Amino acid sequence: MLQDKDRIFTNLYGQDDWKLEGARKRGDWDNTAAILAKGRDGVVAEMKASGLRGRGGAGFPTGLKWSFMPKQSDGRPHYLVINGDESEPGTCKDREVMRHEPHKLIESALIASFAMGAHAAYIYIRGEFFREAEHLQYAVDEAYAAGLLGKNAAGTGWDFDFYIHRGAGAYICGEETALLESLEGKKGQPRMKPPFPAGVGLYGCPTTVNNVESISVASTIMRRGASWFAGLGRPNNAGSKLMAISGHVNTPCVFEEELGVPLKDIIEKHGGGVRGGWDNLLAVIPGGCSVPVLPKSICETVLMDYDSLRAERSGLGTACMIVMDKSTDIIEAIARFSRFFKHESCGQCTPCREGTGWMMRMMDRMVQGRAELEEIDLLEQVTRQVEGHTICALGDAAAWPIQGLIRHFRPEMEARIRQYKAAPGGTGLVQVPAHGVPVAAE
Amino acid sequence: MNTPWKPAEQPDKFTFDAASEAEIAKVLVKYPEARKASAVMPMLYIAQRQMGRETGSAWVPVAAMDEIARRLDMAPIRVYEVASFYTMFNTRPIGRYHLQVCTTTSCWLRGSDDVVHACKKAAGIGGFGETSEDGLFTLTQVECLGACANAPILQVDDDFYEDMDGPRTEALIAALRAGERPPAGPTVNRCGSAPEGGCKTLLVTPEAASENQ
Repeated sequence: MLQDKDRIFTNLYGQDDWKLEGARKRGDWDNTAAILAKGRDGVVAEMKASGLRGRGGAGFPTGLKWSFMPKQSDGRPHYLVINGDESEPGTCKDREVMRHEPHKLIESALIASFAMGAHAAYIYIRGEFFREAEHLQYAVDEAYAAGLLGKNAAGTGWDFDFYIHRGAGAYICGEETALLESLEGKKGQPRMKPPFPAGVGLYGCPTTVNNVESISVASTIMRRGASWFAGLGRPNNAGSKLMAISGHVNTPCVFEEELGVPLKDIIEKHGGGVRGGWDNLLAVIPGGCSVPVLPKSICETVLMDYDSLRAERSGLGTACMIVMDKSTDIIEAIARFSRFFKHESCGQCTPCREGTGWMMRMMDRMVQGRAELEEIDLLEQVTRQVEGHTICALGDAAAWPIQGLIRHFRPEMEARIRQYKAAPGGTGLVQVPAHGVPVAAE
Repeated sequence: MNTPWKPAEQPDKFTFDAASEAEIAKVLVKYPEARKASAVMPMLYIAQRQMGRETGSAWVPVAAMDEIARRLDMAPIRVYEVASFYTMFNTRPIGRYHLQVCTTTSCWLRGSDDVVHACKKAAGIGGFGETSEDGLFTLTQVECLGACANAPILQVDDDFYEDMDGPRTEALIAALRAGERPPAGPTVNRCGSAPEGGCKTLLVTPEAASENQ
């Protein structure tokens, strides 16, 4: 377990002053010029050596991503775009960084921008985080007034501007190319890749999009060294990570923890245990709603990191877990996600636009049990028709929770269907004819 | 109850006032001149807030969208599609207070149904998307608000009221009705998103932690 001396986000709860003066006391903006003196390649090499993987969900190595930016500018400006569109259900970690550690974010953005040859960074903050954007704007104004942003930012010799752009309630804008579209003043509909943003991104210029947390840890990694960060966690799963627990635990909270700690220990320590005791646990969704659910048997032993969860056919995602006890209607819990994805599909690709609606309607019937046993397989087939057939990963994200449900909770789904059939009025009637049901009848 | 609430008509024209113009000037410098279409979302927000100041109902009329299109050299349809794509732009008039209840799984697990019920009861609203007869409250069902460790959340205009339950929701709405704005944030004993009842980490003061570095 992570010790207090190794925590990066020391003002996570806003228990201390979040403004410039408080941030300086915590070590932010301390001789930033010395970090940039390592040179562009030096910074990127340090980030690569730290083993930091993207904290937004996909887990792509951050240093490697930075190195994809063109070494020489061809006349087009380079941009850093920070993804603060935190909308994944269950996820609430970047909010704490933006409102309580804004200077860590701004200073790290300067370091990252220098490493990719960018003189401007945009942060895209989800629209609902109005107060968080206010805090960050206040911090940006402070930084400009103190000479930490603008020409020769923080005395580093690097010119750097930092701009805040607010979203307006679209989950899809957390997808990096949709985010860029939105930032350009369009609907947030993802772009085809390639070209990748590192070649053609914001305004057609080389761009790197990073999660708020991935950027914010950069200043501490540069100060304390890649080997310190890499020494935390497990090989290929290095460092500490912001996590959150929500749902049926005694004390839901956000916290920073080392990767590779057993999931059970995290729930016991930070969550204060499952409501009603560990044996009352039904399932955990380990990293935001897009990753498949884990039943209790797996939660007993699995470690909280990228590779361990991948091995259990789930994922670390954003590492913000949703805990459900035995009182939970697990089918309804997943059906709620299906409604979420139906609502948030941008409508660009047919498999997702139509498929999320199909999945939602079938899941709603599964909640009631108003279905045939064979339809569980049909539902699984529908998810396979969506998964991998869309421009962005929203289609996959909509499919995986249902696949996880069927994989681990099929007996519950079958019992629900039998129960419905046995209920008065539901006497053994075939709910859906063997040839399926016309869409209009749903 | 007063006279039943009737939505205002689409106004014929819309002009940004001085306060809005000052905000627009700040927004436009963020983006390259040739890329000023990027300012469409900030300007829609500015228009919506101005309507809130002027009429008590924060929404964006078509006339405002046309004005934004003119200012940003965009085709009006490009502004309309942005305004209708993003859920936070109200293209129809809403009540004075916008009650936005998150009902996604994390909030649902912790009792968002009670919050919804309390909203309907205390504000006098039949269902989602409706406005109370006195025009004070509009109730909207929203997807995850990104504060799941503090679930369930009720967002009132710009503020998150966290760790809600039925009785506290009713008390909040009664306070709003009386013209008060109770402080936002957690409604139980906790500091931000720290565990209720006291932190379990960061017990060493930040200053001491930085000295160790």
